[in-house]
Parts: sequence; C-alpha cells; structure tokens
Amino acid sequence: MLIPFLRHLITVFFVLGLAGSAGSAGAVAVDRPMDDPALEARARAIHKQLRCLVCQNQSIEDSNASLARDLRILVRDRIAMGDSDDATIRYIVERYGDWVLLRPPVKAGTILLWLGPVLFLALAVMLIIVWYRRQKAPIAAINTPLDEVEQARLKAIMGNEDRV
Amino acid sequence: MIAELGHYALVLALSVAIIQATVPLIGAWRGDPGWIGLAKPSAIIQCLLVTVAFAALMHAYITSDFSVLNVATNSHSAKPLLYKISGVWGNHEGSLLLWLLILVLFGAAVAVFGGNLPAPFRARVLSVQAMIGVGFLCFVLFTSNPFERLLPAPIDGSGLNPLLQDPGLAFHPPFLYLGYVGFSMAFSFAVAALIEGRVDAAWARWVRPWTLAAWCFLTTGIAMGSWWAYYELGWGGWWFWDPVENASFMPWLAGTALLHSSIVVEKRDSLKNWTVLLAILTFSLSLLGTFLVRSGVLTSVHAFATDPARGIFILAFLIAVIAGSLTLYAFRAPAIKGGGLFAPISREGGLVLNNLLLSTACATVLLGTLYPLFLDALTGEKITVGPPYFNATFGPLMVPVFLAMAFGPMLHWKRGDLQGAMQRLKFAVSASVVALFATLIFAYDGPWLAIPGIAIGVWMIAAALEEAAYRIRLFRVPVTESLRRLWRSPRSAWGTTFAHAGAGMVIIGIVASSAWQVEKLQIMKPGESVSVGGYDFTFEGAAPIPGPNYSAVRGVFQISRDGVDIAVLQPESRTYQDPPMDTTEAAIRTSWGGDLYAVIGDPTGDGSWSTRFYNKPMIHWIWMGALIMVFGGLVSLSDRRHRVGAPVRGKAAKVAAQSKSPSTPVVAK
Repeated sequence: MLIPFLRHLITVFFVLGLAGSAGSAGAVAVDRPMDDPALEARARAIHKQLRCLVCQNQSIEDSNASLARDLRILVRDRIAMGDSDDATIRYIVERYGDWVLLRPPVKAGTILLWLGPVLFLALAVMLIIVWYRRQKAPIAAINTPLDEVEQARLKAIMGNEDRV
Repeated sequence: MIAELGHYALVLALSVAIIQATVPLIGAWRGDPGWIGLAKPSAIIQCLLVTVAFAALMHAYITSDFSVLNVATNSHSAKPLLYKISGVWGNHEGSLLLWLLILVLFGAAVAVFGGNLPAPFRARVLSVQAMIGVGFLCFVLFTSNPFERLLPAPIDGSGLNPLLQDPGLAFHPPFLYLGYVGFSMAFSFAVAALIEGRVDAAWARWVRPWTLAAWCFLTTGIAMGSWWAYYELGWGGWWFWDPVENASFMPWLAGTALLHSSIVVEKRDSLKNWTVLLAILTFSLSLLGTFLVRSGVLTSVHAFATDPARGIFILAFLIAVIAGSLTLYAFRAPAIKGGGLFAPISREGGLVLNNLLLSTACATVLLGTLYPLFLDALTGEKITVGPPYFNATFGPLMVPVFLAMAFGPMLHWKRGDLQGAMQRLKFAVSASVVALFATLIFAYDGPWLAIPGIAIGVWMIAAALEEAAYRIRLFRVPVTESLRRLWRSPRSAWGTTFAHAGAGMVIIGIVASSAWQVEKLQIMKPGESVSVGGYDFTFEGAAPIPGPNYSAVRGVFQISRDGVDIAVLQPESRTYQDPPMDTTEAAIRTSWGGDLYAVIGDPTGDGSWSTRFYNKPMIHWIWMGALIMVFGGLVSLSDRRHRVGAPVRGKAAKVAAQSKSPSTPVVAK
C-alpha cells in the first residue's frame, strides 16, 4: 500500500513538476485566434476548463507548453467543425480522461471531495455549539443578579474599602 | 576540501542536536540545572555548525565547484552571481539545508533572547526544536547530501531552471521557509507546554510574536510567489491552486487562525486546548508543505532522479512528528483547564468564528490538494482538482470571514452587542452600500458577482478605518485628544487595522482584475494596432537581443490612449541554452488604474508575431494589500508588550486575573 502510494505520489508530482519548464521550443503551429469573435470566445471559455497535461494545475488557456497549444488548436478545430461546447469537451475527455477536467465531475469517486467542505463545516459548527452549550450553565450563573445575602456582602466589602 | 568541511559540520551538528534533544529535556524533568543549562550553548553551537555547512555550500556555488554533484547539476558558470547564490536553495538538497539553517537560527534566537523564559521551559522548547533538527539533519545526511562529490568533475554545470532565474523567485523560498520554520517555534512552545501541562497567558505572549513574525514572512513569501507567477509565466495568472501553492497556503490559513486564537489565550485565558492543537497543526501543515514541494518529487524536473528512500523517510518523519505530538496532546490536553467564559456574541466569539471558518477553509484546501493522490492510490482513478473546485468551495467559505471581520474588533470581550457594533459601523455600512450601487451603475454589464465582491472589499477597508477612528474618538473629542489617543492606543490594535484593511484591498484587487480584465490574443504584423480596453497597442517591430546566458527576441509596442502616446512596452521571449528552455518576459505598465500587460509569442514565419495583451484593472491592489497586511503584522510585532518582553509568570497571572474582571479593555471602549 505504502510503496505504490509513494510511487503514485512521485509520478503524479513528477508529471506536475514539468510545470512551466515545458517550453514551446520546436513548435510549429501558432496560436491563431478564430475569425469569428463569438466562436473564439466559446473556444476560450473551454480552454479555461481544460488542464494543461504537463503543467501544475494550469489550464491550457494559460500555459506556454506546446502540448497546451496543441490542445488549444484542437479545441478551435472542433468548434470550427461545428461541435457544441459539450461535444468538444467530451471529445477531449474521451482521449485524455477525466484528468483533463479542471473541475472534477461529480461521481462515485469524487462524492467525498464535493461533500467534504460541507461536512467539515457542519462538523465544526456542531463542535462549537456543543462547546458553547457546555459553557452555558456558568454563563447563566454570571448573569443572575446578586441575591440579598450577596448584596449585603458586596455592600460590606465596598464599605470597608471606603474606610481604607 | 571546503565541501568536506561542510559535510563534517553537518555531522557534528547532528550529534549536538541529539544531545540538545535529550539532555535538557531529561534535565527539566529531573530538575537538574546543569542538564537544563546545556540547552542554550548547544542551540548556539548547532546554529554555528549548520551556518558553516551552509557557507560551504554557498562557497561551492559561488566558485562554481563542479566537483560537487549538487553544484554540477544545478548551476552553470555563465550564470549571474545573484542566481549562483539563489541556486543554493533552488534545488532539493540545498533548500533543505536552508530550511535547516533557518530552523537553527530560530533555535539560537530563543537561546539568546529567551532570557525571560523560565529555564526549564526554555530547555524543553529547545529540546523539541532540536528533535525537529535531528529529523532534518538525518534527512539531509542520509538521503539528500548536498556535499556529494562528482568524479571526474564536468567542465560546466547543467544550469538552473531559467524560470527560477528571476529576482522575485530568488528570495521567494527563503521567505516561505522563514514562515514555515517560524511556525516550528509555535510548535515547540506548544509541545513544551504540553509536557509541562501548563498553558497560560504568559505562554500566549511568548508564542504570539514568533507566530506573528512567521505569519509576516509567509505572507510576504506567498505574495512574492504569486507576483512572480504573474509577471514571469506570461499569462497574467497569479494563482493557479496548484499543489505547490496550496502547500504554502494551508499553513498560512492555519497560522492566521492561530494568530487570532492566541489573542484569546493571552487576553482571556480561554481556548487554550484549541490553540495548542492549532499550533501543532499549523507546523504539521508547514512540514507537509515543505515535503510536497521539496521532497525531490516536485522541485526540479530535469536535475535528479526520484529516490523512493526519500519518500519513505519523509512519510516516516511526518507521521512521527504529527502522531507523536497528537498523542502527547491527547494525554495532556484534558489537564489544561479553560479559563474565561464568554457569550457567542463577543470579541472571543468573533475570534472563534474566525477560527471555525479558517480551519474549515484550510481543511477544504487540504482535501482538494490530497484527494487526487488518494483516489489514484486507492482506485487508480485519475482526476484533477483545479481552480473551479476551489472557487466553488473555498470562496463561499471566506465570504462570511470577510463580512464578520469588521465586527470582531468592535465587540466587547465576554459579551458583545451586535446592534451597537453595527451602529458604530454606520460609515462602513453606507460606504459599502454606495460601492454596491456605484458598481451596479458603472459595471452592470460585467459579471454580477463583481458587484457584491467590490462592496465586500469596501466594507472591510471602511470598517477597519472606522474602528480606528472609533478607537481614537475622532470627531467626538477635540482633535488633540484624538491625536493623543492615536499615539497611545496599543500598536497591536493598529496592526489589526492595517491587516484588515489590507485584506480588503486584496479582495478588491482580485474582484476587479478578474471581473473587468480585457484580453486580446492575435497575430500582428509590425505597424498594426489593437485596442485593449481603451488603450491602443501598436506593434513597432521585434528584434533579437543578446543576454548573459540566453538569447532573446524583444518586441516593441507603443501604447497610446486617445491618440496620446503614454508608454512603450518591450516584452521579451527568451531562449536559454543551459538548460535549453524558452521563457516569456512580459512587459507590464502599472498605473493607478491597473496594469497593461504585453507578451510577445512566436513568429508565424511570414513576418507576423503572435501577441497577447491584457488590461487588468486594479490588479496591483492584490500585492499592495498583501504588503499592507504584512506592515500591519510588523506594527503589531512592535507592540510594547512584545518589545518589553513577556512578563514573568506571576505577573502574567495577575494580568490574566485583571482581564477576568468585568472591565472592558481600552480597544473596545
């Protein structure tokens, strides 16, 4: 369990580590925006949702890596061919898997990921409510006004202080 | 020879650290002053030895001694001196040595300046600090020795990643480490307090300045890193929620929570268990962060092979530190009795809310960062958790933090009055309502989230200022009296004002720059012009220029507005030889309104170039705000009670007793 986990850790991070280092050397294709601004805007919106596969969580929209550029061009091609946004993303996911999506899809494997923050918050709120409740009794005691005996004692003490 | 001296110094440092980790601890337990007294000299000697080792490595880098493997793989003789120096920590082994150096510097600082700590307590703190040192020294010596020789020595080195050859990144790691390691002080104090079984106001006073200093460094380090990403990566992005960034952000979130909860311990003798736990967790997250980034699996892609021995050592050390301290916590925490009681609506209650939300946010970032690893390990399924996830989860968790931030300093200790606080914030309320409508009118066609976003930022700044005005009773007493109060009110309160206002600026910068950014991407021929959010960018041409260890193409763009020339931007596209790699150097013009950002891409081959322009309104507020937050931290650090030093325990007990009496503190009045 431990060794495979570490190996995964290492490979994943090694791939992520390629980060900015993947340069654009030797690339031939050029990032050419589409002529129709509406289509280009759609392509850009899709670019922002796709991961540059050799970078650290950068989208293909903001990476210099040649692979990112190739994917940008691929997305534009699909859009130019008349694919819908969904179809374009599906096309890419079919080739690269869910890993390419920056927003992990909600499914069995990711349910804890998406529910996690809500569970954390609920747990934290509950703990704090319990904690305040346990405090409540003494707080109530603080807020009850002094009874007659206590009033008399207070008076005595204050009186003493005046004389000093 | 010098490299061997450095190696030898590290081995000596390990033996000293082992003594420091054990003898003073046993001495404190048996009450033996001789053994207790060993803590101070050994901390100082350990510091000197690690300094010698670090200097030896630095010497190897400056003189380009390529017979040292680490230098050969990470440096190059043609590199400018600054990057030869920063190259020392630009790799796995060297960065661990820097980590160690900072750790022992902090330890020596406690030894030298900790005269006001009771001797047994100081001995325990230094012992715990030395235990961390032993772990790191073993890690360096057994798995990541920076002094390993390479025979025969190569003619030249393979060079440093060109992206790292940048002034912003040269000093980014030391600041991050000063932050990470600074939290080790809070950890050592927490563990020492658990061993003693006593946490009181005096303890909080000792811990607070260290935590505050660490927080200032970490904030600076993170801000530097994001600024670097912004201008160096060439896409105008400054935060990508990648594991490395998250690794530094998690300790920041936990550290910010710790900073606030330790106020409650200091002033009200309450939340003690939680604060101790938070101190342990903050440092654990720092360790996790260091290892995620610097475990040899992330740093450098080309320089060295990954080594499973490192990974196992790392995991074992992490587990030992976290499990060890949490076990100690489980045994000793129940003995620590909480003090002052308070109602949910009170200054303490506000700080509890702060802690609740920051911890949840931190846990969310942790989940998002590690989830892909665990999912992959358990099921083999590969997913990416990217910015959309964090924006959808982390964002909403922070909104209540920002809203509530204004109320905290306006509430009284023990039992506050929310309506009263709201009334005292009437200026902030009206300012944010005005901001809301102004944004609605001027930017009704932009993303609608920007409208409340700007209003929240204005609310935070206005409330911070109004709280300060309230504190000095501006316009309610004669101006001279206000000035006197301005001078007399505690600096920690001013620290809050600056830090909270700075946070508001960061929010405004983030919201404005992401909502109203204009970006243009196109192929341009010299002479062509493009309009970007009211500015015209005219391409005047591109020409090759030489650099010290790279060659570059520099594009020249004339920027004009309404026909008036205002600036020339000259972005570069650089090609480094050692190692071979391309980088973009964006040209940025910063003005009050925001940044104009130009990037030159690749030539198309027919005399045209691909170019990218951005107009990012108010983006510099992000880093200005961060600087103001750090300034607030420094102001608070200069507070009299930190300068004068922590009081002796007896005195602290009195202070705690006083704060228990129903008098309201100066700040809240």
